[in-house]
Amino acid sequence: MNKLKKSAKLLLLVGLTSILWSCRKDDGIVPEEQEQLPGQTITAVNGLYVLNEGNWGAGRASLDYYDYASGIYRRNIHGQINPDATLGLGDVGNDIKIYGSKMYIVVNGSNKVEILNVKTAQKIGEVDLTNCRYVTFHKNKAYVTAYEGVVAVIDTASLKLETKINVGQQPEEMAVIGEKLYVANSGGYNAPNYERTISVIDLATNREIKKIDVGINLHRLRVDQYGDIYVTSRGDYGAVKSAIYVVDSKTETVKKKLDIEVSNFVIDKDFAYVISTAWSNATQSETISYGKINVKDETILSGGFITDGTQADITKPYGIAVDPLSSDIYVTDARDYVTPGTLNCYDKTGKRKFSVTTGDIPAHLVFYTK
Amino acid sequence: MYKNKNAHFGFFCSFMACLCPLVLSAQTDTIKIEQLKEVQIKANRLLQLQSSATPVQLLFGNELKRMNSLSVADAIRYFSGVQIKDYGGIGGLKTINVRSMGSNHTAVFYDGVQLGNAQNGQIDLGRYSLDNIEEISLYSGQKNDLLMPARGFASASSLYLKTPFPKFEVGKSRNVRLSLKAGSFGLLNPAFNFDQKIGKLALNINAELTNANGKYKYRYTNSVYDTTVVRHNADIFSKRVEGALYGVTADSSKWHVKIYNYNSERGIPGAIVANKYDFTQRQWDDNFFVQSSFQSRTDKKYQILANIKYAYDYTRYLDPDRVSLAGPLNNKYTQQEWYFSLAQEYSLTNFWNVSLSTDYIRQGLDANLYDFAYPTRQTGLVAMVSKLHWPKFNVQANVLATFVNDEVESNIPAGNKAEYTPTVMASWKPFSEADFRVRAFYKSIFRMPTFNDLYYTFIGNSNLDPEYTNQYNLGLTYSKTIQNKNLVSFSVQTDGYFNKVRNKIVAVPTLTLFRWTMLNLDKVEIKGFETNIQTVWRFGEVNAQAKLNYTYEQALDKTPTGFSYNMQIPYIPLHSGSLTLAGDYKSFGLNYSYIYTGERYSQKANIPVNYVKPWYTHDLSLQYAFKQAKVNYRLATEINNLFNQYYDVVLNYPMPGRNFRITLIANFN
Repeated sequence: MNKLKKSAKLLLLVGLTSILWSCRKDDGIVPEEQEQLPGQTITAVNGLYVLNEGNWGAGRASLDYYDYASGIYRRNIHGQINPDATLGLGDVGNDIKIYGSKMYIVVNGSNKVEILNVKTAQKIGEVDLTNCRYVTFHKNKAYVTAYEGVVAVIDTASLKLETKINVGQQPEEMAVIGEKLYVANSGGYNAPNYERTISVIDLATNREIKKIDVGINLHRLRVDQYGDIYVTSRGDYGAVKSAIYVVDSKTETVKKKLDIEVSNFVIDKDFAYVISTAWSNATQSETISYGKINVKDETILSGGFITDGTQADITKPYGIAVDPLSSDIYVTDARDYVTPGTLNCYDKTGKRKFSVTTGDIPAHLVFYTK
Repeated sequence: MYKNKNAHFGFFCSFMACLCPLVLSAQTDTIKIEQLKEVQIKANRLLQLQSSATPVQLLFGNELKRMNSLSVADAIRYFSGVQIKDYGGIGGLKTINVRSMGSNHTAVFYDGVQLGNAQNGQIDLGRYSLDNIEEISLYSGQKNDLLMPARGFASASSLYLKTPFPKFEVGKSRNVRLSLKAGSFGLLNPAFNFDQKIGKLALNINAELTNANGKYKYRYTNSVYDTTVVRHNADIFSKRVEGALYGVTADSSKWHVKIYNYNSERGIPGAIVANKYDFTQRQWDDNFFVQSSFQSRTDKKYQILANIKYAYDYTRYLDPDRVSLAGPLNNKYTQQEWYFSLAQEYSLTNFWNVSLSTDYIRQGLDANLYDFAYPTRQTGLVAMVSKLHWPKFNVQANVLATFVNDEVESNIPAGNKAEYTPTVMASWKPFSEADFRVRAFYKSIFRMPTFNDLYYTFIGNSNLDPEYTNQYNLGLTYSKTIQNKNLVSFSVQTDGYFNKVRNKIVAVPTLTLFRWTMLNLDKVEIKGFETNIQTVWRFGEVNAQAKLNYTYEQALDKTPTGFSYNMQIPYIPLHSGSLTLAGDYKSFGLNYSYIYTGERYSQKANIPVNYVKPWYTHDLSLQYAFKQAKVNYRLATEINNLFNQYYDVVLNYPMPGRNFRITLIANFN
């Protein structure tokens, strides 16, 4: 009996001391990680910033940098460079662009545009904007779309919000041609009554002067060197499939509809590179495709842009960019959205040069040029 | 804020003044008798635990009252093999995950009838107040009974919540209990319980109000930034009313009818991320059910247990931040359930019993969503059980047949499904003298995809298969009662288990971050070990209890196509445990509890950015019981999270730091 009592006491004692005061690491900064990749021929491009969205509500937006000269890929640099930024970069990094010496990151879930020094990635400022989506620039102003149906105008010197221009419902990407801003309206909150227009804004008066009827649920908007606007329609995720519309900016009318499924694309010189993930409820499967368009005569070219079969390693193509000088193509893989993705680099003939692990949902790429 | 607190305190004082005469004289005799009764019941219940072929964990009576708990969710944190997914605060969603199989695999029963939720399979245990709960028991596998509804066989684990059956003192026909809780988060929680004997019937009415502003401080730091913020939009106002009528027929069969309504409005505080600390989302709930049960007398060769239930659940979710042309997002869901159950047991010989349980469930969901399916599900369950039992050995086997039919008004229905799943369990007592037992069970079961999994606009996937689990458990139990020593009794339960989850339903992105679909994709293998040690001590006039739980769990992602193969699944710590110490001296009671949850990962990849620190909290409570003018009072004060540790259970949903509660209960008849 005594033995039992003793062992019970001992058990309690062990329990008490071992688990009650177990160690709890100090809160700390998660340091960046580095990986050696092949270097690139030095051109006007210094390197490539990769913005990882991070899953909704996770507060896991993160920033990576691929340095061309050294070939070093630096993962998760924002936290270490900006340890005093409360809760880091934020929730869902939705866009990244560079204007002058500043880099603008639109953080959708954190309702802010964060401004960094492009060279050091040090935080310079922050502009609050609810449900902000994408950014573009013109004459020392940054234009940012926000789902409340506006384009916010931010002065790039003072970093102050100056005004908001009313556009359509849930506006997405934009582009400037001349003194006009073209905004793709989605109306995503109004399914099935999606928007189907591009808002045209006169930048002299900051007013919407026209709406161009295009197609439902518009999203991506890019401009080629011939003054044509390429805008994507997401479709309705059911019977209406995604497509690209070509809008002539001189006549401001739809010139052509390209029946190619699209989730993201980029235009480099005479070519548009298209990635697409199409989900079919009927077959319960998704079809991933890589397409190429000749923007000079607006024709879909046969075959994709990855030629060595390595696209099989990509689960979910998500972000895309083309180096303006080398014409190397970068495609990110968001994989299952909840684990780190990859950045894949292909040369202009479509052969893979390297693949590297990124943060969660690598999505938006911007070249840092001299 | 301060004004508010004072107002509550003032109310509390006047409440006390109304009930307490000026001079307090403690009469400990009745308390002592109560304590002795409790010890006897406790001994009987412990014996039940020890002899069950499936692991059981139990909290009841005084032990439950003494704990620093407001809701069922608070109390079951002390169980082993359990993770509570807690979004924080009084109104935050709290669901149970047993042995890492996922919250949809635990069925929750309220007075023997399952709380159904075909919409999302979630039962928010934060909504079930302990004020009207007498006993909480958690069974891994299933309850070790033959005579129970077929739903009792139909989940990987079962949590039973039992309300008290009215008990009257000799010569008395009425009990009244008034209680008031007040404390941090602006909590004010009055409750009322009334029992009345009416001839051979017993009536119970129990009602409760919970009002809290839900505000508490939380802190995030990386050692450079250090932010302390007050949690906003975490307020709650809820009303709960229950009524029950209990009766006994001429042939000693028992029946009861129960009616229940819970009505609440609450703020939905979201994930705390950079630059976002305030939220506007609101939710309204109205949960109503009426259920009735009939059980024939238990000493007959042939016994029956019949249950019937109707449930109506309404939820409204408002998101003022998400504005479309039709206005802010304002979703309304109405769920209805009809339930009929008949269980029959027959003793073939003195060592062989068989039973047959048949359930029929009809569930429907309406919602004001675009392109909504309006699904209706009919489920038929048939459980056939055979049990052989001798004093030293018993073995039970059952087969559960499940037939499901889904119909929808638009889109594609999931159609018909038929599944047949077995369970085998055995318990063996190898020695005559020592109360030592070996137990084992195997159970194969599944959960049906929920209406959200199948039909949620854009996201649902009607081709989903059920999500299957296979459980293997081997355990030992030992208990010993000692005469005339400080250590009065000692008992230990220890189990090792291996669980497999396949066809796990997960959300998978399709086009963008805003477009997901549901797929049967993941596979998980869980190897666990849990142990519970309970001891009862007596030192002169001090009665004490010590309880230790420990769980080790390796829950690995075995999805062949995934990116996290062989990594620990999110939110499952390798080590977790709890310790409870309780002591009674005369009219005083003291309770200390400690919970430890080890390091975890918040996402699938086991990498530094996903690392979540361990958390551990110390809770303390002190009770004092006294009697004055035929009224029994109990006064309790609690300090929770004594060392003010800031932590998240779910990433970015901060938990409260140190908080306080004071309770006054008055019982009279």
